[in-house]
Amino acid sequence: MAKVNKALFWSLFAAGGTLTAFVFPVLALITLFAAHGNTPEIMGFEQMQGLLANWFGKLAAFGTVSLALWHAAHRLRTALYGLGLRADGIVSVVGYGIALVGTILSAYYLVQI
Amino acid sequence: MAYVRPVSKTCWYLKDRNYTIHMLNELTSVFVGLYALLLLWGIGAVASGPEAYQYFLKCLASPGMLVLLWVTTIVIFYHAIAWFKVTPKAMPIQKGEEFVPGGVIAGAHYVVWILFSLVVLFLAGVF
Amino acid sequence: MSEVQLELEILRYDPEKDQEPHFKTYQVACREEWMILDAVNHVKDEVDTTLSYRWSCHMAVCGSCGMMIDGQPKLACKAAVKDYADKKVRIEPLANFPIERDLVVVQDDFMEKLKRVKPYIIRKEEKPIEEGEYKQSPADLKRFKQFTLCINCLCCYAACPEYALTPEFVGPAALALAHRYNADSRDQGLAERHKEISKPEGVWDCSFTDTCSIACPKHVDPASALQQLKITTTVQWYKELIGMGDK
Ligand code: SF4
Ligand code: SF4
Ligand code: FES
Repeated sequence: MAKVNKALFWSLFAAGGTLTAFVFPVLALITLFAAHGNTPEIMGFEQMQGLLANWFGKLAAFGTVSLALWHAAHRLRTALYGLGLRADGIVSVVGYGIALVGTILSAYYLVQI
Repeated sequence: MAYVRPVSKTCWYLKDRNYTIHMLNELTSVFVGLYALLLLWGIGAVASGPEAYQYFLKCLASPGMLVLLWVTTIVIFYHAIAWFKVTPKAMPIQKGEEFVPGGVIAGAHYVVWILFSLVVLFLAGVF
Repeated sequence: MSEVQLELEILRYDPEKDQEPHFKTYQVACREEWMILDAVNHVKDEVDTTLSYRWSCHMAVCGSCGMMIDGQPKLACKAAVKDYADKKVRIEPLANFPIERDLVVVQDDFMEKLKRVKPYIIRKEEKPIEEGEYKQSPADLKRFKQFTLCINCLCCYAACPEYALTPEFVGPAALALAHRYNADSRDQGLAERHKEISKPEGVWDCSFTDTCSIACPKHVDPASALQQLKITTTVQWYKELIGMGDK
């Protein structure tokens, strides 16, 4: 699997890299604010629920989480190979497996909101 | 007989500064992945209701989590900067005959990124 | 006239006598305007005539004098001794290639890979000569011009960590040339090259370290070519998936 569809995994990696570059920094900042106790308005439960209740919000959240996971899984796979871990088969199954489960889970959560 | 020089499979990236930087770039994925999992957790918490969500927020404020979040945020910013920096190499733009200088393409990405982030911060009620 | 003292440590290897290569040190009083190649030539002419290495043009055109200078792949005829003044300088054959003798490496692997990417214009059907030449606008030419400047010096292969780790990897210069033809408005061979390039050891082994481009003495920027090639290859893969793949 990992060998045949390199183009597929690479495209997810590249798309995820670009998307996370645009949106992750600001999201991380907001999370950081919340973690320090001055929770921005948007992090309130009702606001979050409202944001994820409409289809645009769901789609954006789904795309961001899943693409980020595929991006990370693919890049980490290359990095581990580079670091000398030659169990590429297991690494890809575990990494892409987590990305796949995360993708399904995020969709499952989102349709419930 | 031709002589084949041995190559280290585990330490090659320490041999050259550019290799080391590259390896660090690749390892940003650890934190990008962790943050994606954190988002997933948060979405799951919203799905299961207010108590779960409050618990999620409480977890974010724990000392260990704070440290992790700070590191994650810094690495994620680094990832964004490094990613846009090399974007012109992967997607050069030709206008008429000439290529748009790489710095202009990267710069445009930075500007859009910063504006986007400010708008999101504003909408989120940070200021 | 000022002089530059160099202590050259040259990696020597004689396949008939040596089990493995070893460094030999030569003191060379260089003229200030010399290139490293001049210093090596001096060793060969004045000190040790058995020293083997390749060179021809002495003007960064023929691509034969690539070697590791102080750990970096460089054209010996383009590296000024001044930049290494009063230092120990290690001169080794290009990394990642088998050593044939002294500074001469075996290039067969690259030659074979070069063939595989079909670096020539492919037409589905040649049009008859009477119809005239294939016209190309300056913009069309500019699109790939940079990638025609490669002199096959192989510095990029010596700089590529992925080639070092996975010798099957087709590698920077050959793939840059594949991209050069894909990007040529007269060419129709994308689908055919795609078969080779889309293999795991095709473009996918590249991890975009950019070190090939940093090393390239002709500013070909193979790393850029390879990332563009990944995009083309991905698009082609999706097209073939939905049964629309052909240029
Ligand atoms: S791409 Fe540059 S470094 Fe590589 S062989 Fe061509 S000229 Fe040499
Ligand atoms: S960018 Fe790709 S081809 Fe160039 S040196 Fe790095 S891995 Fe090799
Ligand atoms: S001798 Fe021709 S490129 Fe250096």
